[in-house]
Amino acid sequence: MAGGTVRRLAWRVATLVDGTPETASARTMTFHVPDWPGHLAGQHVDLRLTAEDGYQAQRSYSLAAPADADRITLTIQRVPDGEVSPYLTDTMKPGDPVEVRGPVGGWFVWRPDSTAPVLLVAGGSGVVPLAAMIRARRAAGSRVPFRLLYSVRTPADRYYSADLAGPLDGVDVTYAYTRAVPDGWPRPPGRIGVADVNTHGWPADLAPECFVCGPTGFVEAVADILVALGHDPRRIKTERFGPTGG
Amino acid sequence: MSIVTPGFHGRGRPAADLPPGQYLTEDFPVLSAGPTPRVPTGSWTFTVTTETGREYRWTWAELLALPAETVTVDLHCVTKWSKLRTTWRGVPLDTLLADVETAADFAVAESYGGYTTNLPLADLLDGQAWIAYSYEGEDLTAEHGGPARLLVPHLYLWKSAKWVSGIRLSHDDEPGFWETLGYHEYGDPWREQRYQGD
Repeated sequence: MAGGTVRRLAWRVATLVDGTPETASARTMTFHVPDWPGHLAGQHVDLRLTAEDGYQAQRSYSLAAPADADRITLTIQRVPDGEVSPYLTDTMKPGDPVEVRGPVGGWFVWRPDSTAPVLLVAGGSGVVPLAAMIRARRAAGSRVPFRLLYSVRTPADRYYSADLAGPLDGVDVTYAYTRAVPDGWPRPPGRIGVADVNTHGWPADLAPECFVCGPTGFVEAVADILVALGHDPRRIKTERFGPTGG
Repeated sequence: MSIVTPGFHGRGRPAADLPPGQYLTEDFPVLSAGPTPRVPTGSWTFTVTTETGREYRWTWAELLALPAETVTVDLHCVTKWSKLRTTWRGVPLDTLLADVETAADFAVAESYGGYTTNLPLADLLDGQAWIAYSYEGEDLTAEHGGPARLLVPHLYLWKSAKWVSGIRLSHDDEPGFWETLGYHEYGDPWREQRYQGD
């Protein structure tokens, strides 16, 4: 750390430009943030909301896409009984301001100059930072092969269907439904297991970069599977979304 | 500078005992950067290494044989959740460091799996830090850092290194894992020292 030269991450005013339903319980929100410094795929921001009486609440949310100049995109999953997420998904209107600080986090990131194959394993709303990596790959014109294994309750709960449906040159997308499957779907509903990761991931000897994001139990299970399949634990990066607070 | 977000009311009002920007949770969320290391207690050791390279080592049985304390403390995670009145049992660092000869000012906690975090040595002393092996009366699970983790509850929880394997003492402050990735070198929740420069 360069003593004395470190500048505090500033709070900036972000204005909601557009909010689009992503699923029945999630909203993709684009904010205008003057002087946004840019970010890497996988990073997150802190949002600070202030009520009229001065009460404040802060939450962290993953960025869903590369920055488009001074516009950033988040996808917010409504947490039942949450304090912040229902406001963001249901109440906030275009033109409304909120404060934002970031980007934050330098570990769970994919860099466009990386050449290793990439395995992304998403559980539910954990797909957000992983989709940002797929979009960053496309924006950079990278030809690094990606595989996304996306565990989600039902087809209606999928985020970014249009984007991920393909064809995506060099990105394989596999859905693993846990509760309900489309008609004729070959895989019965169920949690991701060793066979899913073995079939739809990369062999360990290709030394892929692995990114796993989702609820704690999901991340623990998938990370354990990857280790058991011979992946180097140092190449398995995890980010865990707790069901707390929202 | 602070702007009002129209239509946001919030729910709780700031509890006097929460640091700024934190919210209460009843769960115990898990945060870690990679897979959970599984460390058998049979091969577990804890090593203090001084700035001259001298090592002091304890096995699992030796750790359990030391006088332990039961403490009830509040936890504050940099990701914004706080959990109040959690009860732990472990050996105070005061005990482990009592016979260690050192003139160091800084410490790096090291973990099985490669994690590191730095803090001033003074923050590990005077009843402020423990090597904890039990949580709410149960053995500490691997998810939460078992078999044993550092517990330094007056700093953000990333300083309480899970799966701790040792403490390295040094004259210089060497940034650890999160500290090299943009997080604050000290991490006092009451001063909201989340990121570099805060």
